[in-house]
Amino acid sequence: MGQLLILMLQGTFTSLKIFFLTLLFALPLGLLVARGRMSRHRIISSLVNIYILIMRGTPLILQLIFVYFAPYYVFGASADRFTAVIIAFVINYAAYFAEIYRGGIQSISYGQYEASSVLGFSKMHTFTHIVMPQVVKRIVPAMGNEVITLVKDTALAQTIGVAELFRVAQNAASREFSTLPIFIAGVFYFVMNSIVAKSFDLIEKKLDYYR
Amino acid sequence: MEIIKVEHVHKSFEDLTVLRDISFSVKQGEVLSIIGPSGSGKSTLLRCITNLEHVQSGSITIGGNILVSTPVGGKPVYAEHKTLQKVRLSVGLVFQNFNLFPHFSVLRNITEAQIHVLGMPKAQARKEALELLAKMGLSDKAAAYPFQLSGGQQQRVSIARALALKPQVLCFDEPTSALDPELTGEILEVIKELAAEKMTMVVVTHEMAFARDISDRVIFMDDGIIAEEGTPSEVFSNPKNERTKRFLSRFGA
Ligand SMILES: Nc1ncnc2c1ncn2[C@@H]1O[C@H](COP(=O)(O)OP(=O)(O)OP(=O)(O)O)[C@@H](O)[C@H]1O
Ligand SMILES: [Mg+2]
Repeated sequence: MGQLLILMLQGTFTSLKIFFLTLLFALPLGLLVARGRMSRHRIISSLVNIYILIMRGTPLILQLIFVYFAPYYVFGASADRFTAVIIAFVINYAAYFAEIYRGGIQSISYGQYEASSVLGFSKMHTFTHIVMPQVVKRIVPAMGNEVITLVKDTALAQTIGVAELFRVAQNAASREFSTLPIFIAGVFYFVMNSIVAKSFDLIEKKLDYYR
Repeated sequence: MEIIKVEHVHKSFEDLTVLRDISFSVKQGEVLSIIGPSGSGKSTLLRCITNLEHVQSGSITIGGNILVSTPVGGKPVYAEHKTLQKVRLSVGLVFQNFNLFPHFSVLRNITEAQIHVLGMPKAQARKEALELLAKMGLSDKAAAYPFQLSGGQQQRVSIARALALKPQVLCFDEPTSALDPELTGEILEVIKELAAEKMTMVVVTHEMAFARDISDRVIFMDDGIIAEEGTPSEVFSNPKNERTKRFLSRFGA
């Protein structure tokens, strides 16, 4: 049993690595994608739109397989499995985050930009100090949903052979002819997501000081 | 000295012409009111002066800096960044619906531009902002957030925010239209005080009695042109233009 828990904690560590690395890269990339989607240049906005459509319109599991195997057929070599997982998760989640950012940015009234312009703020200052803080407040609930989904999606990494929590649990289950490891994994995911949900609650409360 | 000089300004949205050959000027210390029916182009005119809209032709000079000029037969040429910024800072705008920054405290709404645009030291910005708030009768609201204030208080904060940049001229676009009737008085009072201090102002308003009371000069706009211009007594008591007469009789002024 102790042995099993150690294995599962190792799997959890891999899951958490996928989770945090995805957030680390996809959160800023998503903002960039959102800006591209809203670009005044038709070509940029339609290319970005196609990218978003593909990322949201096809299964993540397929994207994982594609990112891992496609380079093999083209260059004769693949990225290592873990890197492929991170790339696939980042480009997938950036697309979802981008749409959330875009909704938030477009919900800010034009008057905020006009007041900023009349007061002489630069475009940069307006975006970083006037628009984005308000966007963050508005997108917290939607982001919370997406991040909770991400915790559960990390289980897909096993598709290309990365031993994350769920794979470890499955292996243990078949080795020991018991479903117990799978239920333990379930508890692990539940605990991680409780922490995520609680964190988002705290962020929401913290931003509650204005309306 | 002329603070605002507008010459032959044309403005259209797609194929809708909103301003047709508008020319007027505002002298230092003068209060100009702009009245006229809905859709006559009053807001658009203020937005051209504050560089929120671009003109199709004509020229606008503010505080001696050319915001835009149009060579004969050519396209309008806007000032480059540095002059543009100077112009922006020399003309303030108070919006109908305040447009305060909801995530900033009242104090920071005022100091943000002082610090980040004027480069004023924080302590000085704070001191000046608090003085402005005191003048607006809002000393106790410095730490409050906009949503905690009444509409009238919010509008006073937005006036303080505009004044904090020490503009040469302050424009108001129907500053009381979004307010409950019992709150309009406090804003009109503030504008009156500013007029008494010889603040140069351009006020778009539907408050005819108020316009008559505080203005040095009144412009009546109709369908994108200045249909009548003169002192309040000229425009209100002896309007020459038929359309002015009809407009004023409807407003009972
Ligand atoms: N961004 C825009 N795009 C297209 N048309 C516009 C735009 N802004 C204003 N207009 C049109 O220009 C005309 C003048 O509008 P403007 O807001 O300047 O009128 P106004 O005199 O301020 O009216 P009100 O008293 O109702 O505020 C209107 O017909 C309006 O529909
Ligand atoms: Mg208007």
